[in-house]
Amino acid sequence: MTMPRYWREIRQRYKGVGVECGKCGRIYFPPREVCPHCRRKSYEKMEERELSGRGKVITYTQVHEPLPEMKPMKPYIMVIVEMEEDVRVTGNLVNVDYEDVEIGMDVDVELRRLGEESPEGIIYYGYKFIPVND
Amino acid sequence: MRDVAVIGIGETQIGELWDQSLRELGIKAGLKAIRDAGVSGDEVDMLYVGNMSAGKLINQEHVAPLIADYAGLDDVPSVRVESGGASGGMALAEGYISVASGMDDIVVVGGAEKMTDVEDDQAKEILSSTADQEWETVFGATFDSLYAMMARYHMEEYGTTKEQLAQVAVKNHANAAKNPNAQYPREMPKKMVVNAPMVSEPLGMFDCAPLSDGAAAVVLCPAEMVDSYRGDPVKLAGVGHGSDHMAVHDRRNIGAMKATKMAAEKAFDRAELKPEDMDFAEVHDNYTISEIMAIEDLGFFDKGDGGPATERGDTELNSEISVNTSGGCKAKGQPVGATGINQAIEAVQQLRKDAGERQVEDARYGLTHNIGGTGASAVVHIFERWSE
Ligand SMILES: [Zn+2]
Repeated sequence: MTMPRYWREIRQRYKGVGVECGKCGRIYFPPREVCPHCRRKSYEKMEERELSGRGKVITYTQVHEPLPEMKPMKPYIMVIVEMEEDVRVTGNLVNVDYEDVEIGMDVDVELRRLGEESPEGIIYYGYKFIPVND
Repeated sequence: MRDVAVIGIGETQIGELWDQSLRELGIKAGLKAIRDAGVSGDEVDMLYVGNMSAGKLINQEHVAPLIADYAGLDDVPSVRVESGGASGGMALAEGYISVASGMDDIVVVGGAEKMTDVEDDQAKEILSSTADQEWETVFGATFDSLYAMMARYHMEEYGTTKEQLAQVAVKNHANAAKNPNAQYPREMPKKMVVNAPMVSEPLGMFDCAPLSDGAAAVVLCPAEMVDSYRGDPVKLAGVGHGSDHMAVHDRRNIGAMKATKMAAEKAFDRAELKPEDMDFAEVHDNYTISEIMAIEDLGFFDKGDGGPATERGDTELNSEISVNTSGGCKAKGQPVGATGINQAIEAVQQLRKDAGERQVEDARYGLTHNIGGTGASAVVHIFERWSE
């Protein structure tokens, strides 16, 4: 991942800012320029909307053969989460053992270090998921 | 629209072919297909080449004219077609459109990929770039992990088991054992698949297809011209494209591929055929879960019955529907951008009754199904035995 492409969306990555369609009210994350349902009628009517950060795991895996820059974390857990706003997000789940992960479990987003451009390079941050402990 | 026939096929060995370059592979497959068809180079109107990522894999873009040039076809216009793992199938669809529309008569469609000039984890990283780089990969999602999450979802939703996934590999290896061009022409016991080291849970090492080198090519011509050429013709009866959201998380049902369904519906409609008419199918089994989803989404089995059907043996050679008689990506091998053409070659061999020990009895209709990335693009072709 090259840095300019990453920084362009830094606000969304840091804070979980999505968009709400001004025509139908559907929420999207990551932000889209047009609503896939309303198409051109929604153009320039997509408004920023911060997500609650809460959601449920709908599927998960434990990665044993990571991409090169993720090797130090191996093995790690990846999840797809359905957020309260009915949008889905892919991310890394931390602070939990793989054996304890299950579909339907409640999770929360947290800002964490995601990686770095190169061993000496700029560290970049983004969201990760953590279990909600009641 | 004119009817279209395949009149020539050619493929290279699939595997880790360290002594052969992309251009050599492409030329070898192309010349074999041209010879098989009995056409001469100056009769070729157009060349399409399916290739996923030569730029990253061998640092060479613009590979279509390169292959054309070295094949002695420098007078033939050529273009590369890219759609991730569906590059080959999408190139074939372009060739079909060229001939069906009347724009071109003799069209060569090739697919070529050289995966092993880079390290294995680099090859996987390049393959992962067919997923959404900014919203999947950057957070740690590998290509394997996205398919693993589809598998987990499918298991939860439909009760599919790890043993049923493993049975896909067992069956495809049994078919590959009968295919002289396969990378892994040997049987594999189910225990070995189930107990293999994990890649991305629940998918183990043998749930994943290899990343291979290889090339394949076919020659197309209008049906009305087949008598002018030596090649034993097979009708290309229908083509359909499909699409879906780029990221897996944006799909409502993560255990199904909308792109596959859409492509199949269009192809069946155009060929005026139904799933139950098919005698065999080459489906995109880059992972065992992919085949389970494909046989459901193509309409051969109900949603959720893909695993049980595989376990019942309904997809074995000469059963209900013979699936991946070639051995599939899993055991015939996976030269990514060539896959769609390798599948077409199996279809032609089956319908020419040229498939040897893996021949499907009385094969009249067959289908090929090729997926790009994690399923954001798909293409289906339907083939029919030639009748005078
Ligand atoms: Zn809308």
